[in-house]
Amino acid sequence: MEAATTKCRCGLEAELEKVLAAHEGKKEDLIEVLYWVQKNYGYVPKEVQVVISEKMKVPLSTVYDVITFYHLFSLKPKGKYEISVCNGTACHLRGAPFILKSFEKELGIKPQDTTGDNMFSLGLIRCLGACAVAPNISINSEPHGRMEPELVTKIVKALKEKSKLADCIE
Amino acid sequence: MKKIKSVNELVKFKEIVLEKIKERQYGGKTTIVVRMGTCGIAAGARDVMMAMIDEMDKRNISGVIITQAGCAGICDHEPMLEVIKPGNPQVIYGDLDEEKVRRIVVDHVINGQVVEDWVLGQKAS
Amino acid sequence: MRCYRAHVLVCAGSACVTLGCHPVKEAILEGIKRHRLEEEIKVVETGCMGFCEQGPLIVVYPEGVMYCRVQAEDAAVIVSEHLLKGRVVERLLYRDTDTNKPIPFMKDQPSLSKQIKVAMRNAGFINPEDIEEYIANEGYFALAKVLSGMSPEAVINEIKDSGLRGRGGAGFLTGSKWEFTNKAQGAQKYVVCNGDEGVPGVFMDRSILEGDPHSVIEAMAIAGYAIGADQGYVYVRAEYPLAVEKLRHAINQAREYGFLGYNILGTGFSFELNIRVGAGAFVCGEETALLASIEGRRGTPKPRPPFPANKGLWGAPTLINNVETLASIPPIILKGSDWYASMGTEKSKGTKVFALTGRIKRPGLIEVPMGMPLREIIYDIGGGVLNNKKLKAVLAGGPVGGFIPADYLDVSMDYESVAELGTLIGSGSLSVIDEDTCVVDLVKFFMEFSCEESCGKCTPCREGLKRMLEILTRVTEGKGQERDIEDLERLSDFIKNTALCGLGQAAPSPVLSMLRYFRPEFEAHIRDKHCPASVCAALLDSPCQSA
Repeated sequence: MEAATTKCRCGLEAELEKVLAAHEGKKEDLIEVLYWVQKNYGYVPKEVQVVISEKMKVPLSTVYDVITFYHLFSLKPKGKYEISVCNGTACHLRGAPFILKSFEKELGIKPQDTTGDNMFSLGLIRCLGACAVAPNISINSEPHGRMEPELVTKIVKALKEKSKLADCIE
Repeated sequence: MKKIKSVNELVKFKEIVLEKIKERQYGGKTTIVVRMGTCGIAAGARDVMMAMIDEMDKRNISGVIITQAGCAGICDHEPMLEVIKPGNPQVIYGDLDEEKVRRIVVDHVINGQVVEDWVLGQKAS
Repeated sequence: MRCYRAHVLVCAGSACVTLGCHPVKEAILEGIKRHRLEEEIKVVETGCMGFCEQGPLIVVYPEGVMYCRVQAEDAAVIVSEHLLKGRVVERLLYRDTDTNKPIPFMKDQPSLSKQIKVAMRNAGFINPEDIEEYIANEGYFALAKVLSGMSPEAVINEIKDSGLRGRGGAGFLTGSKWEFTNKAQGAQKYVVCNGDEGVPGVFMDRSILEGDPHSVIEAMAIAGYAIGADQGYVYVRAEYPLAVEKLRHAINQAREYGFLGYNILGTGFSFELNIRVGAGAFVCGEETALLASIEGRRGTPKPRPPFPANKGLWGAPTLINNVETLASIPPIILKGSDWYASMGTEKSKGTKVFALTGRIKRPGLIEVPMGMPLREIIYDIGGGVLNNKKLKAVLAGGPVGGFIPADYLDVSMDYESVAELGTLIGSGSLSVIDEDTCVVDLVKFFMEFSCEESCGKCTPCREGLKRMLEILTRVTEGKGQERDIEDLERLSDFIKNTALCGLGQAAPSPVLSMLRYFRPEFEAHIRDKHCPASVCAALLDSPCQSA
């Protein structure tokens, strides 16, 4: 999932209207709508939950219920780069815990947290299905295999550089 | 693409699309080996190759493998190619051009008649 | 149709994408362009070829030469040497792990020789985005056969006679499931494909959905005809974005060519298919929870009966089959139930896909006849244990399965024989663990998984598993007590008998399996405060370690 920057939400409200209109009267599409919100907002803000509840005629409690049940949705904004370490069996057997520790050390945060500058979020993800090239991580849903603890510093540094560059262009 | 509207249409359509993947099936098939060493390419092997693919396309020939090999050391006779039909001797042709290769496709590959004029040699397969 | 002299197949399964196959493909295309070979050589993206560990993979036809661990920098040499001059690039060939000899041809791969591909017949060989390549391999012929001359009962009997059993885990006879749903009363019925491959360490469903989505679509239409449904849903987990993308594309193509929609092949049968993407919850692999999730709700299981065959999606009779099960249907229809039933054992027929992972030399997906001894799978196909370490056990069934210790390696891999050892074939996960793996740590890891994935609906699972995890954590920290074994056994027994759904009932399995086969190792953690495999950090500095 693309972690959206939380800075600019220009036009998102209008888009949300459109998405909700497309799913009008179909309560069973709630997960799909939330999927869209998570992807575009980077999380599901409270005010959006209220809008969804009203438009889809689903109780707010149900919306909250579904958001908190599924791993994919979050109530807190995520960082610009969402790093997830695969927590599957194959990755565990091939050293995923060491990869996670390296990221924790490098970023100074624990899983499910975001760095103070909103740059990085660290998380665990369920098996990506690329077990043969374990251990795997994913950065904004882009998978990377054959990870090694030594590579962690490099990756974080490269992402910081990339972000600086992007800021300059902006 | 038009919808496939009956079982018969599906069977016919399969025969057509089988062409698409025939290069991925091997064994017991006619094979054409084009010599594509530097000397071959310099002598025009690429044009020979293109003419051959074009002719095969036109005549809708399936089940033939076109592959390539390097220089055979008889650079003087490039462009060269070999036609290997299962159960028949391997035929080596030399001094080819686009015209000649088109005839080889028709006479030899399709009809099984070796084009004796341009044969450099044959060897039992 | 254009004819090419060579095809370059680039594996674009998840593992190869993870390892960067797309830049490689771009580089090859660029090289082909530079040498002006566009007219002669076709580059095709395929689904997973199953040799994931060697990725990114490339196979060049007509020769069938396989290149391993190809990087973008290698593309130029493949083009200039192999594609242009016909010379195989030796340094990129797969090398035998023992003799270090290169093995150029895909068909000679040692791991392939004992395999029979049924469900995986097309994956890695055809372009999943091109329906015509599927048709060329007799795709949609089974659907045509069924629609043009078989009664729904005849189809069901064929599946029943084949002996095919649900490949998702439970191993229920597929034909019987079809029969129940066929006989259930209801104006509207549904076919659902369970693509929520939540068990960590298995990826055959991903591979099939990515590499051969049409086989699943075709099978669902056949199932729809057999049970009398005109509507289907494919439920795919959110962690598989590539599978969703390929499937979506395939469904659109199937519609365009007339294999989905109104009046298919002019036979009067109509069938429509939709995709539902999950949102990350292991429990959604349980069929009643999966249905709740399709309906847009929290995915919690319901007590059965009523079974989905009678009361499923929106209360209508619903047939739920897993991806691998469905992918096996078209060949069974085309080649007949006798052919399928001739493979495997008396009660477990046909072939099964296994995912080999963990401490093994050649991890990947393999498909073998059921009943093959585990030893053959691990050593002949998988190449043995990584770094020639000693095999400790093979873990079957993932976090809800159990161990097959090294002493039982000759077990026949069928549903019954594996169940006798206290574990299950499950969805086909085989994780190899060696002497350096601590079973207590691993079982604790599974318990963490089960706790986190517990939906919370029933108390035994929600609370019981937590208590079990607390005990296991304590033991790995060197604070284990003598009564912990007894407590774990009591809790396991209780949860097994009282949890609401199959997942809860199976969650204590790894613990029971550990206590059955590795009790001394567990006791060492408690009594001697010693971790024999030297994994549990808190126990490393104990005096027993150096003793």
